Amino acid sequence: MPWELKSDRPIYTQLIEHIQLSIFSGVYPLGSKLPSGRDMAQEASVNPNTMQKALVKLEEDGLIITHRTSGRSITEDARMLEMAKTKLAQDQISEFLGKMQLMGFDQKEILTIINNMVKEMKK
Amino acid sequence: MSTIFECTDLTKKFGSKVAVSGVNLKLERGQIVGLLGPNGSGKSTIIKLANELLTPTSGTILIGGKKPGIETKKIVSYLPERTYLNDWMRVHQIIEFFSDFYPDFKPKKAYDMLKSLKIDANDRLKTMSKGTKEKVQLILVMSREAELYLLDEPIGGVDPAARDYILQTILGNYNENATVIISTHLISDIENILDYVVFINQGKVVMTSSVDDIRAEKGKSVDGLFREVFKC
Repeated sequence: MPWELKSDRPIYTQLIEHIQLSIFSGVYPLGSKLPSGRDMAQEASVNPNTMQKALVKLEEDGLIITHRTSGRSITEDARMLEMAKTKLAQDQISEFLGKMQLMGFDQKEILTIINNMVKEMKK
Repeated sequence: MSTIFECTDLTKKFGSKVAVSGVNLKLERGQIVGLLGPNGSGKSTIIKLANELLTPTSGTILIGGKKPGIETKKIVSYLPERTYLNDWMRVHQIIEFFSDFYPDFKPKKAYDMLKSLKIDANDRLKTMSKGTKEKVQLILVMSREAELYLLDEPIGGVDPAARDYILQTILGNYNENATVIISTHLISDIENILDYVVFINQGKVVMTSSVDDIRAEKGKSVDGLFREVFKC
């Protein structure tokens, strides 16, 4: 996945989201080792300190584990992953709901649209 | 973290023209700092003062606690805005020259970078395009293991693809204790690699902030903020 960074939000939050997505989609499988922070910074073309900040946050959230001698790895706790995934989904959906409200849709209308679209996609 | 770069009431006048006016600035080690300002705002003057190419009219500038001089030049790797290398020289000759001159110069690094950018070490500088010359100079500067890198407009003359490579080079070559100060007005190209920005205008520091603070507080990029602050 290429690192695409938008200009209107803090870089480290975008790095966090990117790494989360990479974990959820299996680019970094459970329990696997992460590249060094420096290498990741270089890959994303961002400042190593910014990458560090993102990794520390992910560590606080429990998605990443730091080993004293052997770098970082992804958590092996599948439940932890599910929780983080749900959290990200909720964030995305509440952003979406906010936009829909701005457009003047009420909850029922939004659900109808979603239901119709899901049906369409199944066909 | 300790301070690597410190200005106190730094002022530089050229006759009646004030280029730098009462600048107070303190930069810690281990950061990449953008010195940003419109043309003629005093960016290059500050960098030249840090290299003793100019001397302050009043106030002080300290590099790692010392006044600019022979001792500070050992720890500072400087990319000037203009080339000072003899253009009859071949790249490998310049590399030898630098190896003689600076104990912290790593020729292997230089040759690796030349290879990545497909520059022939046997070429003479004068046969090269402006952009290629700039690349060679930047390679030389980044091949030193300095404590402070002062890069005056490092990406002005090179194409976008090489720009990306150069930024990667800066990221890849500086170590945790080193500090990089980059002066430029090409902000959108470099803002992702900066920790910290210093906005200067008409010789004065108008704002200092971390990049993510700007984005979090103002909801816009450093480039966007720059365009707003320095709107003509």
